[in-house]
Amino acid sequence: MDMDLSFGLGNGPMVLVRPNYKKKHDLLKSTRITSTLIRIKPQSQRCIIVTTRTSKPHLGLVLEFYSIVFLFEVCLVDMSWSCSNYLCLSTSNTGSVISYNELTRLNSCKFACVSEGQRWKRQDLNRASNILAYSSLKPPSFKIDIGQRRKDHPLKKPRNISAYYSLKPPSYKFDALEPYMSQRTLEVHWGEHHRGYVETLNKYLAKDDILYGYTLDELIRVTYNNGNPLPEFNVAAQVWNHDFFWESMQPGGGNLPILGLLQQIEKDFGSFSNFREEFIESALTLFGSGWVWLVLKRNEKRLAIATTTNAVTPLVWDDIPLLSLDMWEHAYYLDYKNDKAWYANVFMDHLVSWNAALARMARAQAFVNLGEPKIPVA
Amino acid sequence: MALRTFATRKTLGLASTFHQQLRGLQTFTLPDLPYDYGALEPAISGDIMKLHHQKHHQTYITNYNKALEQLDDAIAKGDASTAVKLQSAIKFNGGGHVNHSIFWKNLTPTKEGGGEPPHGSLGWAIDQSYGSLEKLIAKMNAEGAAVQGSGWVWLAVDKELKRLVVETTANQDPLVTKGPSLVPLIGIDVWEHAYYLQYKNVRPDYLKNIWKVINWKYASEIYEKECP
Repeated sequence: MDMDLSFGLGNGPMVLVRPNYKKKHDLLKSTRITSTLIRIKPQSQRCIIVTTRTSKPHLGLVLEFYSIVFLFEVCLVDMSWSCSNYLCLSTSNTGSVISYNELTRLNSCKFACVSEGQRWKRQDLNRASNILAYSSLKPPSFKIDIGQRRKDHPLKKPRNISAYYSLKPPSYKFDALEPYMSQRTLEVHWGEHHRGYVETLNKYLAKDDILYGYTLDELIRVTYNNGNPLPEFNVAAQVWNHDFFWESMQPGGGNLPILGLLQQIEKDFGSFSNFREEFIESALTLFGSGWVWLVLKRNEKRLAIATTTNAVTPLVWDDIPLLSLDMWEHAYYLDYKNDKAWYANVFMDHLVSWNAALARMARAQAFVNLGEPKIPVA
Repeated sequence: MALRTFATRKTLGLASTFHQQLRGLQTFTLPDLPYDYGALEPAISGDIMKLHHQKHHQTYITNYNKALEQLDDAIAKGDASTAVKLQSAIKFNGGGHVNHSIFWKNLTPTKEGGGEPPHGSLGWAIDQSYGSLEKLIAKMNAEGAAVQGSGWVWLAVDKELKRLVVETTANQDPLVTKGPSLVPLIGIDVWEHAYYLQYKNVRPDYLKNIWKVINWKYASEIYEKECP
């Protein structure tokens, strides 16, 4: 239990802000925020923002008893008093979740509060309000703690920052795909392009704490922003695309798909050679940089071939990709120079991993019902 | 080497151009480079120049001619949907041909004046609009490096506003797609095929070095024609 004495003066609804009760603090200047009780924990500090009920000069006494805060106010003008209590949203170290409404109101505060020792900086509250810049985004799938975010702020982090996303190596050695994809290509494609994307993504995420906490899939969907991509989209999508691409290939790949995948291909394309022709043709008629995909369309419940430009992936349309072929020039230029047809054919004949595609389709069937239920008639 | 390849190109093109000209359709052939493939070393390697010219540019021209033929047929038959469907192929391949033709003229070996800063009205206009040539180069390099995927970065003059602009286009879109009154002065190909064999993924290095072989004389000529 702890007591605190705060003094507030003004001619409007006011807020008393006080820092961690464990430290000495000065009498605080007050500011004008109209909000209800919010408890923010910057680092190990706890701070309570309390609105007072009166606009006349008054004396306030704030008592904190575990998760309940009592505010006792005496108005110095007419000696009326009031006592109210608030239930703190949380006393645990995870702090509390603030709704966007609260932040909207915080945004208009002219904050000028300092105290001895800890400086509760205006930038910190502004940082919280920067979240409004992305307020149209869907919030991440689990609650993110404002205090945690602030703890993770780069200026407050320890200097050896760890990456948010890591570069995953392909599951085969670099020379395993010779002579169809040379070791040199893999070294440059994975080691420089893919690695560059991951590092750029981590750099972007170090700046933007609103995007922290999403999984990569969610991050791609969120930054795609329904066709108006944010700058993080390209890098995030390319990281995902390349991970997917390495897994779509295997040493000793090619040949035919097996089991259910072959059946589904024959059902949706007529025959495997039709599918192969269509796939290679899509690869050749793609203008500029892009990807060719074998996707399972969720709505139509069938396989299809999709081509996308630059970094776009079928994930943004909520389809489930099964295979991909990188048609950016960096993927084939060292080995095949400008001969896209040769590259695409070699991919189909020797590189593509039907095992991976089969596994992905098996997983996809948990989300998409491909078969007709066998309902016996009479 | 240049003579030999020139001869083969001529004989190959002869049969089809004869046929096209019978129908009144103007087709296109690969323009010659005014310099050797290896003359732009070490900024751009001879391998890249050869591939870029003989394979990539030639492919654009071949596909452009094919698309034009198909378009001609479609128009003659009144087949509107095919005619419209061919538009993207024409924009891509035709744009590729137009852009690369400008690109070859934009480059010249160092000993023939490549990289020499522009004098005259273009140099003055650059200093006025961008402060200095270095600042313009820095801006174009930044924009070129920022192009996602494939595209071009241009220094152009807006012939109506008589003003220099720096623009980027995606894929093979010609500059006019960014503004009907834009006339390209310098175009730099930032497709990966233009630099990959030599610079791998380090596009900024390619952009830094290409300025050593840029033909400012040609750019000045175009500028003086548009803004006398």
